[in-house]
Amino acid sequence: MSAHENEGKMILDVNNLHASVEGSPILKGLNLSVKPGEVHAIMGPNGSGKSTFANVLAGREDYTVDSGSVSYSGLDLLDLDPEERACEGIFLAFQYPVSIPGISNAYFLRSALNAVRRYREESEVDAVDFLQLVREKMKLVGMDEKLLQRSVNDGFSGGEKKRNEILQMAVLDPKLAILDETDSGLDIDALRIVAEGVNALRGGDRAFIVVTHYQRLLDYIVPDHVHVLSEGQIVRSGDKTLAHELEREGYSWLESGHAREKTQEAS
Amino acid sequence: MSEAEELQKLADKEYEFGFVTDVESDSLPPGLDEDTIREIVRRKGEPDWLLEYRLKAFRHWQTMEDPAWAKVNKNVVNYQDLIYYSAPKPKKQLESLDEVDPELLETFEKLGISLEEQKRLSNVAVDAVFDSVSVATTFSDKLAELGIIFCSFSEAVKEHPELVRKYLGSVVPYTDNFYSALNSAVFSDGSFCYIPKGVACPMELSTYFRINAAGTGQFERTLIVADEGSTVSYLEGCTAPMRDENQLHAAVVELVALEEATIKYSTVQNWYPGDADGVGGIYNFVTKRGLCKGDRSKISWTQVETGSAITWKYPSCILQGDDSIGEFYSVALTNNFQQADTGTKMVHLGKRTKSTIISKGISAGKGQNTYRGLVDIKKGAEDARNFSQCDSMLLGDRCGAHTFPYVEVRNPSAKVEHEATTSKIGEDQIFYCNQRGISTEDAVSMIVNGFCKEVFSELPMEFAVEAQKLLAVSLEGSVG
Ligand SMILES: Nc1ncnc2c1ncn2[C@@H]1O[C@H](COP(=O)(O)OP(=O)(O)OP(=O)(O)O)[C@@H](O)[C@H]1O
Ligand SMILES: [Mg+2]
Repeated sequence: MSAHENEGKMILDVNNLHASVEGSPILKGLNLSVKPGEVHAIMGPNGSGKSTFANVLAGREDYTVDSGSVSYSGLDLLDLDPEERACEGIFLAFQYPVSIPGISNAYFLRSALNAVRRYREESEVDAVDFLQLVREKMKLVGMDEKLLQRSVNDGFSGGEKKRNEILQMAVLDPKLAILDETDSGLDIDALRIVAEGVNALRGGDRAFIVVTHYQRLLDYIVPDHVHVLSEGQIVRSGDKTLAHELEREGYSWLESGHAREKTQEAS
Repeated sequence: MSEAEELQKLADKEYEFGFVTDVESDSLPPGLDEDTIREIVRRKGEPDWLLEYRLKAFRHWQTMEDPAWAKVNKNVVNYQDLIYYSAPKPKKQLESLDEVDPELLETFEKLGISLEEQKRLSNVAVDAVFDSVSVATTFSDKLAELGIIFCSFSEAVKEHPELVRKYLGSVVPYTDNFYSALNSAVFSDGSFCYIPKGVACPMELSTYFRINAAGTGQFERTLIVADEGSTVSYLEGCTAPMRDENQLHAAVVELVALEEATIKYSTVQNWYPGDADGVGGIYNFVTKRGLCKGDRSKISWTQVETGSAITWKYPSCILQGDDSIGEFYSVALTNNFQQADTGTKMVHLGKRTKSTIISKGISAGKGQNTYRGLVDIKKGAEDARNFSQCDSMLLGDRCGAHTFPYVEVRNPSAKVEHEATTSKIGEDQIFYCNQRGISTEDAVSMIVNGFCKEVFSELPMEFAVEAQKLLAVSLEGSVG
């Protein structure tokens, strides 16, 4: 495991992670290392644990970490509350964004931004500066400004919810963004716009973990690494061509059993 | 911090306004009989007709039984142990704020309503009631220019006896219920307000009630009369210091709206709810009723209730005038061992009368929250309309919400709609906020505020913010 450290600074280092939900083990020894600026795609069959992994990284309470370690920017991630993780720069774009009736999108996002800024000991942004910032970011994701005054995700269409996640990401300026099936429910144009939004945020040290089922998204957001998660483990890793292969062949090869060997060499 | 811990912390939150003002008071000994009433009348220098009124009410009260019907548990109140008159000394007529006891002013400042400030800066006229005697009235002069009367009830009895006599008990007769009978017998002070024909009151009128002396039952009396074509918005805010024994508060509020008049009555109630073990706290048994007497008149009740150990309160509207409108917007929060049984009665008498009920109940800790409403459409109420919406939110799993919407329709042309929902504050909502950097405490308060938005948006601007803060304080843990 210390082999990773020798390779240079990692933004995220997941080591032999075991996690369970309501007593049943879901993640069974997951290993993953992400360097600053990298984009990792995670693919894998339904129910293999992709969202679970994303939620464990974000610190959701109902997911119990049984063993293993996660270090993030030199911190013991598992030691932090969910809001501390967020303030430290972890952002999760939810597979199913939650609605908060009665609270405007603008108010919510400004509260979030100011919470993060307070944590970072930066000054809070006032309503005017915030509006300027958010308008600029809305253009990036092609979102209608009317959605700012609507309640958070309340009555939003599937695509509007996903764009809203990316808008929040753009405003909160994370160091590690985890996108959980942000492409599902998006039409072709929306997919392109969202992907362009993500690409605009690429660069520098910001890293991404992109969970998706489809090669299509990865045509726009070209990953540095592609991993296949199956039954709570990463069973295969490769470069972007792995996604094409999966698109062609599906996951039936997982049954054949020699998947496990391949993962070692690739990671 | 986990949600469970957070919720527990809410339950541990201590009451912020628990301090006792050290003022000598001039009180009657505990106990209640006809002599007590005569003594109240003598000390207040009231006319004979009012003594008669009080005595009739008292005799009627003696024939009545302490009600135990609502869905609440309470200790039996011993009415002979209560003090029925408590006035801070000195009780001479006060000409200006400078004469007010500095201790009292300090109390008001702790409550965040510095009268000095109010007088200078704001356009809110405050009639502050400290225990039983109204100590300071601001803005009366400015209002007097428009013919608006806004003064303590005692002063109104002296200065405007014809108005008081005409309307006192006209909406809530002393025979109405146990507490209105008791109040009518022993009420000590309160606020009186009259808006003349065609006048739109240019500022919010506001009363702050505060229960201070130990063991005093407080029996406030409020009467607001809006003459033809006038409008007024009134805000009542309440706090009480921490006391171990339960204190009784049995106010009566009467509103009268004549033709095309509008009265908006908003309450923010933050009385001491008792401690985390359910000891102490205010018993708040209030009778509030508005009469839409004239055609096209409108009465709107908005209440935000976060305090008291037990609250029984049903602000109601009698829609007598044709095309008159009654509205009820309510947020009731119960925490720890608090019990709230509130709701409204909308009695439709006139043609094309309309009523709207929006009730939001929030229960935390072991709080019990009950909505009890009656929509009563009488025979002559042609084409009456009602819309009711009762939503409950539960924080944690040791609290409860109950909804009892009663509907009586005696005219087939009526249209009555009712919607009700109960939701648990979602862990997924809280996690969503957490993931964006927002603490659980702020998330809970945000979600609850969103839930109450339709009611808060009915409050006068200045107080909507205050109500939101109050709700946040009532919900928050005590860490700063
Ligand atoms: N709260 C929960 N309670 C019980 N089981 C759960 C819970 N959350 C996840 N699981 C189970 O954990 C397993 C992994 O689920 P997860 O959502 O992580 O899969 P996924 O890889 O994201 O799948 P998909 O591609 O369908 O989104 C599934 O079998 C799921 O039923
Ligand atoms: Mg998933």
